[in-house]
Amino acid sequence: MEQRTPTLRSVAWLWFGITIAVLVVGFRQAIFLVPTEATMGNVQRIFYYHLPHAVLGLIFPYVNFIASLAYLFWRRRDPLKALTADALAVAAAEVTVLFVGIGLLSGMLWAKPAWGIWWAWDARLTTYLLLWLLYVSYLLLRRYSPSGQTGTFGAVLSVFAAIDVPIVYMSIQWWRTQHPAPVFGPNGGGIDPSFVPAVLWNMAGWAMWGVLILLFRFALERRRQLAEQEAALVAIEASLEIPQ
Amino acid sequence: MTYLRHVLDHLRKDLRLEWRSRDSINGMLFFALLVVVVFGLAFDPTSYPTITRQISGAILWVALLFASITALNQSWTREQSNNVLEAQRMAPSPASALFLGKALANLLFVLTVEAVLAPIFIVFFNLHALGNVWLLTLILPLGTWALVVNGTFFAALGLRARNRELLLPLLLLPVSLPALLAMVQATTGVLTAELDPIQIGTWIKQLAGYDIIFTTICILLFETVLNAE
Repeated sequence: MEQRTPTLRSVAWLWFGITIAVLVVGFRQAIFLVPTEATMGNVQRIFYYHLPHAVLGLIFPYVNFIASLAYLFWRRRDPLKALTADALAVAAAEVTVLFVGIGLLSGMLWAKPAWGIWWAWDARLTTYLLLWLLYVSYLLLRRYSPSGQTGTFGAVLSVFAAIDVPIVYMSIQWWRTQHPAPVFGPNGGGIDPSFVPAVLWNMAGWAMWGVLILLFRFALERRRQLAEQEAALVAIEASLEIPQ
Repeated sequence: MTYLRHVLDHLRKDLRLEWRSRDSINGMLFFALLVVVVFGLAFDPTSYPTITRQISGAILWVALLFASITALNQSWTREQSNNVLEAQRMAPSPASALFLGKALANLLFVLTVEAVLAPIFIVFFNLHALGNVWLLTLILPLGTWALVVNGTFFAALGLRARNRELLLPLLLLPVSLPALLAMVQATTGVLTAELDPIQIGTWIKQLAGYDIIFTTICILLFETVLNAE
């Protein structure tokens, strides 16, 4: 670990530098280079920030889910691997809350000028809000649970969340097609090719940023776990010292 | 059959304990009554019968949701006195039998509260259901089971947590949203007769599907939660 740290650190700085560069190019593309959209004007440019956050906000929950399953699998078989899985799970959950939160806020900021309303209770938005609520409750559960059990409880809730999100989507989708509401929402397909560079650069930039903060938080959590193990070892050794 | 016997034993134990003190049921009943009164004052139901029919389903389920949250936390505290929970962990019967017994007991308590609450609702809200009221005897138990099965599970999660009482609603409400949608839509559809039977039937099927899925998950994961350390 001692020899790997300088290399890891250089790689991390390099990744950070490239991420900033990609984000700057993306910014230039989104705000200055890409043509203005016909109906909505310059307000539409927030889409290039909303879309990457919204899409990435759907990927990080799966990282959390897989890490939680790995934690449950390794819990009794290899506790050290389980700890690593748990660190990845909590890091992914926090990044999810961040990205989904920004997706919701940027969506609302865009919705008011574009649709005239801040919010709509259709399938996509409600599922997205529920995803945010579920992961905030995940983090709260971890904070409030007794110290030996945070990993297990978090993993269990992660399973509930993973199963609940598709169910919510399908049930509200069915409900809304029964009561047809005015059709609105970002049209997923049919993006004019001239917009594509902004979308791609921002998607790449924010994905790299997401991976950077995920791994940074993961490393932080690992460091905290190792410090905790050290402290526990010191406490045990102190208790073994035979009093003279 | 032994599994069923274990479940029934746990159920009987919980029913007996509750019968002796009747804390949960009394608390739930009074709470639900108060919620009905508060909503009655807030909305003036007797003057607007159509609107009342449209919102009664939602008010009923919100009142039941909050009433059952108060009782669900208490259902596990019974197991904490005298180290009973440690004994349950050491017992050879499967942990999910304990969970099912307790969930069934909670179901019976909440159904009792509903049976008392329904006439109160009808009286205070001047409610006259326009659709097939017998459907409610299907919707109410299915909806209640959806709340109770997840609620009993999450109440067990919070047993030794700080802020235990706060944790249950924080966990239960997001996870129950699809079930809440289905039960409120189905109940309102029956009360207002604005939905045709096929649509109500589909909501009921969604509710039943939710019940089956989450009962399975809770049964499978309860052992993990009980033996968490």
